[in-house]
Amino acid sequence: MTALAQFRRDTDYIEANLSLVAPFVDERLRVKTMNVTVENLVKAFGATPALHGVSLEIASGELIALVGPSGSGKTTLLRLIAGLDFPNSGRVLFGAEDASSKSVQERNVGFVFQNYALFKHMSVFENIAFGLRVRPRATRPSEASIRQRVMTLLDLVQLNGLEKRFPGQLSGGQRQRVAFARALAIEPGVLLLDEPFGALDAKVRKELRRWLREIHDRTGHTTVFVTHDQEEALELADRVVVMSQGRIEQVGSADDIYDNPATPFVFDFIGDSSALPVIVDKGSIALDDRILSIDAKGHADGPATLFFRPNHVRLAGQESGSIVGTVTGSRRHGDIRRLELEVGLARHRCEIDVPADSEVSRNGRVAVKPTDWRLFPRVS
Amino acid sequence: MTAIAIGTWRKPSIIPGFGLTFGFLMVYLSLIVLIPIALLILRTTQLSWAEYWAIATNARVVAALRLSFGAALIAAAINTVFGIIVAWVLVRYEFPGRRLADAIVDLPFALPTAVAGIALTAIFAKNGWVGQYTEPLGIKIAYTSIGVVIALTFIGLPFVVRTLQPVIMEIERETEEAAATLGASRRQTVFRVVLPTLVPALLTGFVLALARGIGEYGSVVFIAGNLPYRTEIAPLLIVIRLTEFDYNGATAIATIMLAISFVMFLAINLIQVWARRRFGYV
Repeated sequence: MTALAQFRRDTDYIEANLSLVAPFVDERLRVKTMNVTVENLVKAFGATPALHGVSLEIASGELIALVGPSGSGKTTLLRLIAGLDFPNSGRVLFGAEDASSKSVQERNVGFVFQNYALFKHMSVFENIAFGLRVRPRATRPSEASIRQRVMTLLDLVQLNGLEKRFPGQLSGGQRQRVAFARALAIEPGVLLLDEPFGALDAKVRKELRRWLREIHDRTGHTTVFVTHDQEEALELADRVVVMSQGRIEQVGSADDIYDNPATPFVFDFIGDSSALPVIVDKGSIALDDRILSIDAKGHADGPATLFFRPNHVRLAGQESGSIVGTVTGSRRHGDIRRLELEVGLARHRCEIDVPADSEVSRNGRVAVKPTDWRLFPRVS
Repeated sequence: MTAIAIGTWRKPSIIPGFGLTFGFLMVYLSLIVLIPIALLILRTTQLSWAEYWAIATNARVVAALRLSFGAALIAAAINTVFGIIVAWVLVRYEFPGRRLADAIVDLPFALPTAVAGIALTAIFAKNGWVGQYTEPLGIKIAYTSIGVVIALTFIGLPFVVRTLQPVIMEIERETEEAAATLGASRRQTVFRVVLPTLVPALLTGFVLALARGIGEYGSVVFIAGNLPYRTEIAPLLIVIRLTEFDYNGATAIATIMLAISFVMFLAINLIQVWARRRFGYV
């Protein structure tokens, strides 16, 4: 039986047998989810701008990732949604309701902090029960139903039997799951996760990623998580929001983001890519003094950047109009071999993938043609 | 078991110099602490049990001990409550004069205790700044046990504040934010999340302030009035016995104080050990 089915059954049981008249029970039966709308959020810390008018629609029940380098404003956006910080202008709507004037307590969000922020002096049980115990007497569940709820959550996060432990006695992954259960205990309308796997080692990370996806599918919370790991974002999220320098660069599914990057930043940040500075002139592209056999029809004349992924090239032999470079490095990359080339007079670096059994010598010459590429005008 | 213990004992360590420093520790502790206390206890053995018991149950001695320990306990408790607030404000808020306020906390450390005692007496006496208003209300402060408590509160404050400050600084902002996202009001956050994490440091600060209060002499003798049976503290009684050349009487009172203090501090220490084991942190 799945944990959720168990959870629902428990709830029915409590309702039928203990005749609890609390609204709590009704709330427990359905997982309330809501859509979140972010409108034109502007935030600066003193003179340092953090967000320049960010707008975003998050659908109910969606699992969405905010990804970007440090300083891109992703954590700031998450904290503004939670109400832990307040914007200089713009607003956040939960459902149709403006949350701007609501305090963090009133917003009913589940927030998992990067360092978990567990209460060290409380047992795992008390940590998870905290959000229920601090409720006003009128809405506070009975001791029996708190117990029931905590046990159900412990089951959900697979920490049965550890309820008496203290955070200091748990591993990183276990702490993470306690933080998660604690956030879920209050039946949050939205679940916000700040770098949820940031402090864990690679293997645990992978496991927890799958686990998070599973839990999300079971409970259906609207979930926003922040990560600097693009792989994590692409693998886990329904939609990915790529951020840079306080702005949203692109919002889309993993396929969208990877196959159709909207901006040079996204092309560069998501996946591996090479960028070469070129000049577009009447539909042809020049790399330094070489004209490349790439059709640039429809692109404006002027300086531009040619982006392509290492695996989107083919070896060109003696064909004219190819990109020719000197091999400066070669390393094994799974099933393929990745070469590092220096191209043109200015020795631009780029990376290409070739079959692992290719015979390439260092300092040898290699000619390639991109099979798939993007051209972005260069502003300089 | 012994073999293993010796094995680990002799194991070459990454940090060298254990032998030397441990030897120093033993010599130093012996010279400064253990030998004087041993002599004190040795001196008491010159008394028979009957004589010792007579001194211990002497009404004047009992009254002095009760005042010393009682006033020190009350003062340490007051310092614990207000020390939290002082330390909290000093750590958490930026305000003009914060560094000055921070330095003022140390004054009771630096000021000669006699000076503090005289100053406090001047303020709380019948014609003093504060005394002139409280006295008509029937509240006598100077030359009463209230005065003793005030003097001990004064000298004990920095112990609590200085013990708490680093611990408050270490509280992660996120812990409080987590409590807020879970729906806890500010008040609930303070009483259920912040204060409990401060308990070990509070206990330490309390113990330090208490220990200081029990032994305090200089500031108290000026404000207490030193009436036998009423405002005479135990350290003063020891001095009185010494001036009367009653060395046995003085050491007897001293060992009683020592024994009570030892039992109290041992108990508090055990509470801390228990807390550490239970919560897995200090």
